[in-house]
Amino acid sequence: MNNKINFSKFFSVANIFSLSAVIISILFLFFKGLNYGVDFKGGTLLEIRIDNKNIQIQDIRASLNIPELGDVNVKQFGEEGDFLIKFEKNANENKKFISDLKNSISKKISSAVNFRRVETVGPKVSSELLKQGITAIALALGAMLFYIWIRFEWQFSLGAIVALIHDVIITLGIFSILSFEVNLSIVAAVLTIVGYSMNDTVVIFDRIRENLLKYSKLKTNEITDISVNETLSRTIITSLTTLLALFSIFILGGEILKGFSFAMILGVIIGTYSSIYVASPVLNYFKVTQKTLLKDDDL
Amino acid sequence: MLSFTKIKVLSIYLILILTIFFASLNFKNNNLIDKKINLGLDLQGGSYILLEIDTKPLVNQKLQTKVIPIKKLLNKNEIDFKDFIISPDNISLIIDEKEQNKFKNLFFKKQENKVNNFISEYNKFELDLEFSQNKVLIQFSNFGLISLNNTALKQSIEIIRRRIDDVGTKEPTILQRGDKRILVELPGIDNPERIKELLGKTAQLTFRLVSKDDGFGVEKLILSENNEELTVSKRVVISGDNLVDAQPQFDNQSNQPLVRFTLDRLGAQKFGRVTTENVGRRLAIVLDNSVISAPNIREPIIGGTGTISGGFSFQESTDLALLLRSGALPAPINIVEERTVGPDLGKDSIDAGVFSLIIGFILVIIFMFIKYKIFGLVSNISLIANLFMMVGILTILEATLTLPGIAGIILTVGMAVDSNVLIYERIKEELKTEKSIIHAFDTGYNKAKITVIDANVTTLIAAAILFIFGSGPVKGFAVTLGIGIITTLFSAYFIARHLTSVIVLNDKEGKYFKL
Repeated sequence: MNNKINFSKFFSVANIFSLSAVIISILFLFFKGLNYGVDFKGGTLLEIRIDNKNIQIQDIRASLNIPELGDVNVKQFGEEGDFLIKFEKNANENKKFISDLKNSISKKISSAVNFRRVETVGPKVSSELLKQGITAIALALGAMLFYIWIRFEWQFSLGAIVALIHDVIITLGIFSILSFEVNLSIVAAVLTIVGYSMNDTVVIFDRIRENLLKYSKLKTNEITDISVNETLSRTIITSLTTLLALFSIFILGGEILKGFSFAMILGVIIGTYSSIYVASPVLNYFKVTQKTLLKDDDL
Repeated sequence: MLSFTKIKVLSIYLILILTIFFASLNFKNNNLIDKKINLGLDLQGGSYILLEIDTKPLVNQKLQTKVIPIKKLLNKNEIDFKDFIISPDNISLIIDEKEQNKFKNLFFKKQENKVNNFISEYNKFELDLEFSQNKVLIQFSNFGLISLNNTALKQSIEIIRRRIDDVGTKEPTILQRGDKRILVELPGIDNPERIKELLGKTAQLTFRLVSKDDGFGVEKLILSENNEELTVSKRVVISGDNLVDAQPQFDNQSNQPLVRFTLDRLGAQKFGRVTTENVGRRLAIVLDNSVISAPNIREPIIGGTGTISGGFSFQESTDLALLLRSGALPAPINIVEERTVGPDLGKDSIDAGVFSLIIGFILVIIFMFIKYKIFGLVSNISLIANLFMMVGILTILEATLTLPGIAGIILTVGMAVDSNVLIYERIKEELKTEKSIIHAFDTGYNKAKITVIDANVTTLIAAAILFIFGSGPVKGFAVTLGIGIITTLFSAYFIARHLTSVIVLNDKEGKYFKL
């Protein structure tokens, strides 16, 4: 490798950076919380398209001046004349509520209204979906831990899982800071991030293990440096091609996929960083050497 | 790693051609093999409705039917009781402690038990007894509740299916979800309000006499036409169960829409008798606790057919006839989740999804070609093959493609090159120390193998968990992601490797191997 970078020199700086990012994220998650969408909070979402482009957000809000709806949130969504309306009430209690509401909006806005999307989720279902989402992410982390534990030694397993938790917490933390909506597709994105970050970590770990067996005299941080450098071009190229695809979805894939692709972009960047600066330092910390591998093989 | 036997090469390309053939089925109509990728509701438009049955009223209703048999049992066996109270989910009464054992034995008798059914399926009784001093509490046992719930759910699914079939939507899906829920998927429906209204109605129809005096066994109900309060007897003359048919019609004279119904033999007999005995009185037609109409009985109705008029619009009479034909739901049903996507949003989503797929694909292809030249071309060919294979396998499985599913395909395109990148980077390293080009490629492929498999298994785990836990569109993402991993491994390790071997083995002067 010509472009040899001394990664381990920055390990301690990076660790402080990661730790503070995780702490800030946890604080935000704890105090500000996540902006849950209809899927997890319950309520109703309407996506409408209005032919008359002069209609403004306040006109729509005025047409929704119905006390029983509770907190109503209206925002522009994509093109001009497209709006997203959200409120807490759902169709659970009153079966005719959505058709009444549709009539009310159509009547009060002097233009043709096209109801493009209607989603309503009751409180019981939404809390179940949230529980399912958390279980799925926890299970994915557990399964990864198990896989790495079988394939490598426990120090590697720990390093990988610390990196994964780091990725998930910071991704969600950024969603909390930016008040981006968290819905079912974000859970899918987080799970994919877990898979991707793991993928990246495994590639480096494979190389570290190989080099540990190759060079018996070198220190752990020298080995990780060599390994990260050797796999660096692969790490960059794969991240780049994945990001190319993701940015293509983010920019061209329409409004519905925006949040999903944004979470994935964050995850790929954080996941790539964490493989080098979170997972590998853990091996350093435990002073993993050739002996560690050989000893474990004897067991 | 670079040597391929002829049979191996043949089977690799045979598999490729086969999947390309299946992928092509999506673009033309083929009568021989009718396989296509299904579009999810978010892409073709339609409604997803999750219903939940509420068994509480049913429990109460069933307990009510136990009242008379229990009292009969007590009286027949001369067991004294007092303070007989019916609550929503239990019955309580006072029995002297000395007689409680006798009651218990009768209550849990396995043969000819008219009070407490023995559910042989679970080997348990339907009802349970609880004693506290002289108080006796009768309530449903856990198994009784389960059995009640299951029967109600099965019936509800059947009735919902009849109602939806009657409306005539194309390819509806009606499935049980868990032990209290029913999932209804209606492709192509952009305004599900009418169907929702039809699904939500219990449609419990009863014919009952209007009573002159207030007293025991009557209740006050509202006549929906003019809000008149009527005193209606609780005794049911005939119910919806006695109906064999109901059709919307127009009245000959007034031209008003009405519903003509036909009764079964038993119902016709009873209806004839009651109308004969009660000429001049009013008969209330009650649907779900509100009176639709209460006409005077002008003459006995013996033919077993009659009409219901109630100032309906034609749509209302059509819907009422439909509800009566399909029968009453055993328990009320609530909508707990609904997602409807209009057809134009679905089309927009397909357009945006496919467009971003094409752009993402082109960007990756250009990048790989610039980076790896001829081997980038190999990787690109295997990427195109990968895409065709994904579509082909989705077609063979007749999987459902959703918008997140398209995102999964795009993501696979981005991540698929990883395997080739891993291999090529490895080969590059080998070339530094290895003099023989062929040997360098061989060890490169060999050493990268473990890493490639490790890396893909982790993503496969994530996809599997998503598939198990995800619902609807998210499941579609898991499917494409999972299939993508398998096709990626195939295209990297068979197609790309074979093409690479052809180049390397023919390139004696080493013109191309510069990576």
